[in-house]
Amino acid sequence: MMKLFNNIWTLWLLSTLLILGYLTYIFNVEEKGIFSPGKLTHGHHQIEMACSSCHTEPLGGGEVIQDACVNCHKEELKISDDSHPKSKFTDPRNISRVKELDARVCVTCHTEHRTKITKSMGVTIPEDFCVKCHSEIAEDRPSHKGMEFTSCASAGCHNYHDNRALYEDFLEKHIDEPHHLPEGKIKSVSSLEEITTSAGYPISKYPVKKLTGTDIELHPGIKKDALITEEWSITAHAQAGVSCNACHKVKDDKGVVNWVEKPSHDSCKTCHKSEVKGFLTGKHGMRLNQDLSAMTPAMSRISMKSTAHDKELTCSSCHSSHKFDVKHAAVDACLNCHNDQHSQSYKDSPHFLLWHKETSGQGDKNTGVSCATCHMPREEKELGDQTLILTEHNQNMNLRPNEKMLRSVCMNCHGLGFSINALADKKLIQNNFKGLPKVHNQSIDLVKQRLLKRGKPREGSP
Amino acid sequence: MKFKLLALTSFIGLSTVLSGCGETKTTGIEPQTMTDALFKVMEADRTVYTKLIIGRLAKKEKVIKASEHWKDEKALVLPAQMFRYGAERVAEKTSDFSYSLLSLWPVNAQNKPKTDIEKAGLKFIAENPGQNYYGKETLGDTTYFTAVYPDVAVAEACISCHNKHKDSPRTDFKLGEVMGGVVIRLPIKS
Repeated sequence: MMKLFNNIWTLWLLSTLLILGYLTYIFNVEEKGIFSPGKLTHGHHQIEMACSSCHTEPLGGGEVIQDACVNCHKEELKISDDSHPKSKFTDPRNISRVKELDARVCVTCHTEHRTKITKSMGVTIPEDFCVKCHSEIAEDRPSHKGMEFTSCASAGCHNYHDNRALYEDFLEKHIDEPHHLPEGKIKSVSSLEEITTSAGYPISKYPVKKLTGTDIELHPGIKKDALITEEWSITAHAQAGVSCNACHKVKDDKGVVNWVEKPSHDSCKTCHKSEVKGFLTGKHGMRLNQDLSAMTPAMSRISMKSTAHDKELTCSSCHSSHKFDVKHAAVDACLNCHNDQHSQSYKDSPHFLLWHKETSGQGDKNTGVSCATCHMPREEKELGDQTLILTEHNQNMNLRPNEKMLRSVCMNCHGLGFSINALADKKLIQNNFKGLPKVHNQSIDLVKQRLLKRGKPREGSP
Repeated sequence: MKFKLLALTSFIGLSTVLSGCGETKTTGIEPQTMTDALFKVMEADRTVYTKLIIGRLAKKEKVIKASEHWKDEKALVLPAQMFRYGAERVAEKTSDFSYSLLSLWPVNAQNKPKTDIEKAGLKFIAENPGQNYYGKETLGDTTYFTAVYPDVAVAEACISCHNKHKDSPRTDFKLGEVMGGVVIRLPIKS
């Protein structure tokens, strides 16, 4: 009897130890799916197993989650001139609105782990959220009488956060623009001189001086490679005085400088802070930013080429080490992995034709439209007191809602009305803008009607 | 109705701690004294910006434009925007007090009075130039001392902009007239 009793206790002890061991193991590896109460949205699924990205404290409540949201999305909201900042809802006079929609915290509208009720842009509340505060809109704007409550934020007229290209005066200012602007061009990236003299650039470490293969100094024991030297010698790096050691010699935690065969984004960050920041914020690099393994196309929820499934996404995945060919990075690097209909249609699109013309010397500089032109646009970045034009490497920055592309992308070459219609035409997006928009957004029509009703323009009009 | 707000009283420098009857009693300044002081600072800054920046640079010397869409137009922010951005900054830093710029004739309909005190206060200051309106209101589960101060057209720029703005419900403002009101709220013990 005693023996049986002992056996039961031994079994209990072993089972407990096994369970504890298992739990300890899965807490310390990436696969924590067992603890997830539901899948994450398209925006966060890459970092689903980095629970502490959002749950920064084990017993933290809503405030902790809110801090995590703001930590990653603060800059995006600031840039977008958020139409509904938190301060609107913390104002005591709006307390009745908070009762209807507590927009002081992001999770009111964007709750994670709720797959069944998650709509576009990670919204998890019913579509009538605008009505909570703007039910009387038809009184101020009679033209809005009878409009469906679901159409406010879904018809390309308004967005909850970003209305930079949709507000009335902006529409009025661009009211009669043609489909194609006569002088339409993409912005140029800031010059080497502008970049190397900007705040934070390590100019003392890497003085601007054109280098050739004979200038290369390598770490002891590392042999010069003729092909790599040739590829490097025609890059901007060679023009800017940046050679092998700049990227490959890396200080470890103890301050010892070692030669690293495959430098990480940390090496790139020395000179390309803004670009690396964008990369780590977007879907390509957000896993690395959470100390997870690099993103691979296999992990994606959109269609990717099977041949690329195991490729790891780092800076060199698109920029290919040593060559750093930005033309390759702007199109072929994307199409090597992306396999959705929009991507597949690109090479049959008028945008690609322009790109082909420019890259083959038949078209003017900055007239071609690559994948990166739209998805990684050249944006104004403030570095200290200086404003540079740099490539936004967070490809999600302007992706959803797609009206975010109007100002930074479409309106470089197209009129506003045409652009709004094109972005509202899902079929046109699928075939990569081959043809004219078949959807007509009425926002500019409403502005025209109001102008006619008003008669002569009054101040406040553009 | 004693206003207990240590952060603010220490800011003003009037905080005192009195002892009596064997227990510690914290007293501060009267809410009205507090809101009056806040308004004096706001009014002074607002007038300086309107006259010395907008009136001088945009209207008189015409060296730069002032625009509602200041970022796009690379222009100066309008005085009302300057005031609101300040209020938003304060709201980000503290909930010890809040303030807003409202009007019976707002360019943006969201800035028309909403609570009973706002409605009564804006009507009172418009009908009684030079006077303020004070009251107590409960919003949600918090009681506030709410003060409404007249916002007067101090420069030609104020009336010309509002009278010509396409969204302004009133187009006959005159210099020196009450155009709206500054509403300051302090949470108090009910």
